[in-house]
Amino acid sequence: MYAKSFQRPKSLFGEFSRKSGDHLTTHYCPGCGHGNLHKYIAEAIDELGMQDRTVLVNPVGCSVFAYYYFDVGNIQVPHGRAPAAATAVKRALPDSLVISYQGDGDLAAIGGNEILHCANRGENITVFFVNNAIYGMTGGQMAPTTLLGQRTSTSPTGRQILEEGFPMHVSELLASLEGPSYIERVGLFDNKSRMRARKAVKKGLQNQIEGRGFSLIEVLSPCPTGWGLTPTDACNWVKENLLPVFPLGVIKDVTADRENWNRRRLEVTPERVAEVLGITHATAEKRTATWTDSNVATCYRDPRIKLAGFGGQGVLFLGKLLAEVGMREGFNVSWLPSYGPEMRGGTANCAVNISTLPVGSPLISDPSVLIATNRPSLDKFAPEVVSGGVILYDSSLIDTAPTRDDVEVLAVPATAIADSIGSPKVANIVMLGAYIGLTNVLPKERVVAVIESMTKKKALVELNIKAIDAGIEHASKAHVAEDSWAV
Amino acid sequence: MKSEEKEDRGRIDISTEECKGCGLCVEACAPNVMQLSDGFNSRGYHPAVYLGSGCTGCGVCFFACPEPGAITVFTLLSPAKAAEAASLSLATTTL
Ligand SMILES: Cc1ncc(C[n+]2csc(CCOP(=O)(O)OP(=O)(O)O)c2C)c(N)n1
Ligand code: SF4
Ligand code: SF4
Ligand code: SF4
Repeated sequence: MYAKSFQRPKSLFGEFSRKSGDHLTTHYCPGCGHGNLHKYIAEAIDELGMQDRTVLVNPVGCSVFAYYYFDVGNIQVPHGRAPAAATAVKRALPDSLVISYQGDGDLAAIGGNEILHCANRGENITVFFVNNAIYGMTGGQMAPTTLLGQRTSTSPTGRQILEEGFPMHVSELLASLEGPSYIERVGLFDNKSRMRARKAVKKGLQNQIEGRGFSLIEVLSPCPTGWGLTPTDACNWVKENLLPVFPLGVIKDVTADRENWNRRRLEVTPERVAEVLGITHATAEKRTATWTDSNVATCYRDPRIKLAGFGGQGVLFLGKLLAEVGMREGFNVSWLPSYGPEMRGGTANCAVNISTLPVGSPLISDPSVLIATNRPSLDKFAPEVVSGGVILYDSSLIDTAPTRDDVEVLAVPATAIADSIGSPKVANIVMLGAYIGLTNVLPKERVVAVIESMTKKKALVELNIKAIDAGIEHASKAHVAEDSWAV
Repeated sequence: MKSEEKEDRGRIDISTEECKGCGLCVEACAPNVMQLSDGFNSRGYHPAVYLGSGCTGCGVCFFACPEPGAITVFTLLSPAKAAEAASLSLATTTL
């Protein structure tokens, strides 16, 4: 009687739901090492009983379709970026088995930076680095690992030191860092090397399960198509050409000294956030504010405010201040800045929500309030203000009033007022005063309290209070004038 | 099989349609009991075939083969194991 002893691993699907091609075989070329490595990884996952907890992160390269084959959690990520994604998955789900599966073009070229930092952090993940000394997927271009003299489509006369530099020994490079725990190079070219590779694959995964930190298994893998060889010749080529440059063996192993190398999952609770931000319980109380019982007219409630002007006029700060005051009043708030490329001289704007409802998006494309402190900002955003909304503009700097007649417009000579009370720099605070004076949306006392908590200099606080008062006064005078005019 | 002949220690199944004819299994098999067929499978590859006897059940062809399901290796169970397996009906009886 016979029993199955070696068969398709369970962690590979029984049928592949790939879009083109048959559902029985992989898309890899005959004799391609990716297939062998897939089997070894799947076999090890089976043996370790981790199928339900494995997340395979694979970027771009011939193995881009690995998700068609591996019956585990799969994430397909951009070229070279698997270490970052794997880091995120592992930190969010420390009990999962996270695999980063990368080619040499992917890991050593475009993703060189990512793997370096991931290894240096000693992330507790397992990386399989398929070194076939070429870009397979895109048709055989030179990789950092391409051998000297090796012909590829981008080194048609063979790689030259003075043109393309030396083949990069990535594993040795990474092993020179303190972060990694285990680095081994294996090959897929004869029975012995394949058995050694299986062992290393399992060891790399086992290390992670035991919390021993970063493991990387480099696999010298035949690419018959990229090398223009038959599968058997490709195996011989690995042995005769790759091996002398990339010798097999354990390059680094400090796993014995490493335990509990898993990051503890950080539980992010509102209390913890408050603690980190140094917010006391009193200020972190629930959002409970309502407009009912207030003296705020319905049209001014739950404002969606756009603040815009030149960089340096303080519109971003003004927005932040509004949001902070709103938050301390118990509203839901958001503040979203949008910078021009220049810090000064360019235009800047920000969007502020102050709401009794949770804020769905901090973006504001239909503001109910526009505070504009220069001409281009007024021209740009005035048309976006909803009908029935409010526009406040600095009339000392903008000589033409907005042409809309379906919105309330308040001209505030903010810069002139600010200058007269001490400094044109507080023009933004004059605008704030005018806004709260007009709408009553936020109480002056809270604004002052917030400014006091932000500013150490007493003189500056006083100047700001003056500016608020001047703004409020201007708004009330303007209202009176308008009312008398209406009569 | 004649009863006086010793049973082979192993045997293999090759799923012809899953084979890409790369020949790595043939190269890997120490007792040389595999070869590539002269015929084609439906995708135009010369699939590997088992010569029918002499397999040791070592499994190296399985690990040399890049395709997940092309080769399945069976090993002969010891009489004790076979009896146990039969009673549990776990083993795949192939003879
Ligand atoms: C951002 C980006 N740049 C370039 C490419 C093109 N591209 C696809 S695969 C590849 C190289 C893959 O080589 P390797 O990582 O060695 O994997 P192999 O195909 O050899 O298995 C390149 C450059 C891409 N898909 N995305
Ligand atoms: S091009 Fe090379 S790496 Fe890509 S599938 Fe074919 S043999 Fe494999
Ligand atoms: S199991 Fe071993 S002996 Fe049998 S066919 Fe495969 S390689 Fe040859
Ligand atoms: S190694 Fe696999 S794919 Fe290649 S010839 Fe043998 S059975 Fe076919």
